[in-house]
Amino acid sequence: MMDPFFSLIDHLLEATMPHLVAAPILVPLLTAALMLTLEERHRRLKSVLTVASGLVGLLVALALLRWVNAPSTGGGPGSIGVYLPGNWAAPFGIVLVADRLSSMMVALTGVVAFAVSIYSTSRWDRAGVHFHPLLQLQLMGLNGAFLTGDLFNLFVFFEVMLAASYGLLLHGSGKLRARAGLHYIAINLAASALFLIGAALMYGVTGTLNMADLSVRIAQLPAADRGLVHAAGAILATAFFAKAGAWPLNFWLVPAYSAAVLPVSAVFTLLTKLGVYTVLRLWSLLFVADHPVGSGGYFGQQVITAVGLATLFVAALGTIGTQRLANLASFAVLMSAGTLLAAIGLAQPGVWSGALYYLLSSTLAAAGFFLLIDMIERWRNAGSSIAAFETAGAAPFLAEDLKPLVEVNLDDDEQALYGRAIPAGVAFLGLAFVFCTLLLAGLPPLSGFVGKFAMLSGVMNAPLVSAAGWIFLALMLVSGFFTLVAFSRAGIRHFWTIPEGSRLTLRALEVLPVAALLGAALLLTIGAGPAMSHAQATARELRVPQDYRRAVLTARQKPSPVASDIRSAAPPSEKTP
Amino acid sequence: MQAVLAIAIGILTASGVYLLLRPRSFQVIMGLTLLSYAVNLFIFSMGRLKVDSEPILMAGVQSTLANTSDPMPQALVLTAIVIGFAMTALFLVVLLASRGLHGTDHVDGEDGEA
Repeated sequence: MMDPFFSLIDHLLEATMPHLVAAPILVPLLTAALMLTLEERHRRLKSVLTVASGLVGLLVALALLRWVNAPSTGGGPGSIGVYLPGNWAAPFGIVLVADRLSSMMVALTGVVAFAVSIYSTSRWDRAGVHFHPLLQLQLMGLNGAFLTGDLFNLFVFFEVMLAASYGLLLHGSGKLRARAGLHYIAINLAASALFLIGAALMYGVTGTLNMADLSVRIAQLPAADRGLVHAAGAILATAFFAKAGAWPLNFWLVPAYSAAVLPVSAVFTLLTKLGVYTVLRLWSLLFVADHPVGSGGYFGQQVITAVGLATLFVAALGTIGTQRLANLASFAVLMSAGTLLAAIGLAQPGVWSGALYYLLSSTLAAAGFFLLIDMIERWRNAGSSIAAFETAGAAPFLAEDLKPLVEVNLDDDEQALYGRAIPAGVAFLGLAFVFCTLLLAGLPPLSGFVGKFAMLSGVMNAPLVSAAGWIFLALMLVSGFFTLVAFSRAGIRHFWTIPEGSRLTLRALEVLPVAALLGAALLLTIGAGPAMSHAQATARELRVPQDYRRAVLTARQKPSPVASDIRSAAPPSEKTP
Repeated sequence: MQAVLAIAIGILTASGVYLLLRPRSFQVIMGLTLLSYAVNLFIFSMGRLKVDSEPILMAGVQSTLANTSDPMPQALVLTAIVIGFAMTALFLVVLLASRGLHGTDHVDGEDGEA
């Protein structure tokens, strides 16, 4: 029954590739442009447009994912979609490249964006103006940064994404957000300056900004120029570390993510992944390819690993030290970034494929958790984001009213009867909370465990496990344990106490996106086979960037219409010689 | 010429970083502005410094970088200027909002010792 459907999709893909590669950028851009012409009172129409754009974006991303994995393209350069937006061949024009890694990231963005677009229409889009266009521009920047194959174009998409994120962070206004926004903007502007210096230095040494071309030329550079390229790489990496939330450049992250309205924080989980993605993309193209594993490591390997491990360590400490749910989620984001950076640094193929799988799982879980927090806080703290006990200092689980009531609700054996029927809404919140805990702590049976296990087995499979590998292993287990402790504590405080606030009312628009995000994580667990084989193929593709180079550098421009084409298309004039 | 430009970039960067680390938001924005000037000059210098040379191809002159200047960094610097300008304007708005909400121009929203 599904076969005709898939064959229809394949036909459509055949007809639209490689133009489809530009769609994840164009759809949000056009939606945002359209929404700017609408006044603020057409909010319902804007909501519909946002959700529609989210759905189209998701479908396009899934189609791209299907295309890069299709056996008919034969793997190798054929399965890398290259689109020349200006119809100038690389390295002269900008290229958009959809390989396995890019399409995976775009698909992840699509899933999270779709869930958030639905969630935000329930109430948060009314907290300020222009929420929907900003969200669309944010998605455009993210997708563009994932798809571009040009270093300077990457900078431009970074800025698009950041400009929208500044607006989104301030959505809803308030002192806390203004302060966090000020810090966030200042650090990102400084990081952008570093990005520009690095990109310019790269151009100054190699004379190109196209990533595939850079990859070819760096391999041919004389040893004397290598120092400059390494300096450029280090400066670029510093900029990306700041975006990824790597220690010590991450002190802005927790205040910013926990100050933003929660659907925005859910989108922001993708921003740190963009930092991780750029490090992986550039390093795999520019430096890892140059140095096979045996030859004593590639440029910056130790630094990336160390920074990742430090981030993981700090995030684990932060998790255990915080009580606020939004802070917990922010530290989970940091933990995931640290794990990924350390895994990129370790650079064994098994670790990379595990890390890619873990990236999907942890992003879905963190985004779902941010949305879930919104509902929990509305229920427990009457809408305020800080629970009463956090200021009072009294632990609520020792409260008097939790002790069993004396001589009431007794059954035949004079034993106290507990267990009033749990309202469906509370059951959903509790279940979703347990789900997020399992995913973020990496406990079986969900995908968080699969990802962590794959990374650990990748580390252990090396013939000689390095010291960094052992530290990685220990930190991953410890951070998982800390997450479990912190989440259990938060769960007890929020679910096993008598609510002081209002009755819980959930709307379908809020429940469905969270269920969808966690369902996607569940799907990732059940479909761990295909997902992991995609991750393994991606890791292989990243190890051997020859295919990427060939696909980009041999992409041919479409011939321009020449005079004879125009004449034959035009109606015949009266005098033809 | 190289030395003069290098010193200029260095001084701009140093002043920019110093101001960026100051506690008042206006100092921070001046620091970011100086930093972006330094970055723009740096991008420009990456096309190699040359006097009396335009990125224009002329008939009879061989079109290599020996005879013309590199147009690429000039295009990049133009983009960087536009983006930097827009971001500074946006930062200025946030700065004013923060000043209005907190009643102080300290970056943390409350006056420290500084």
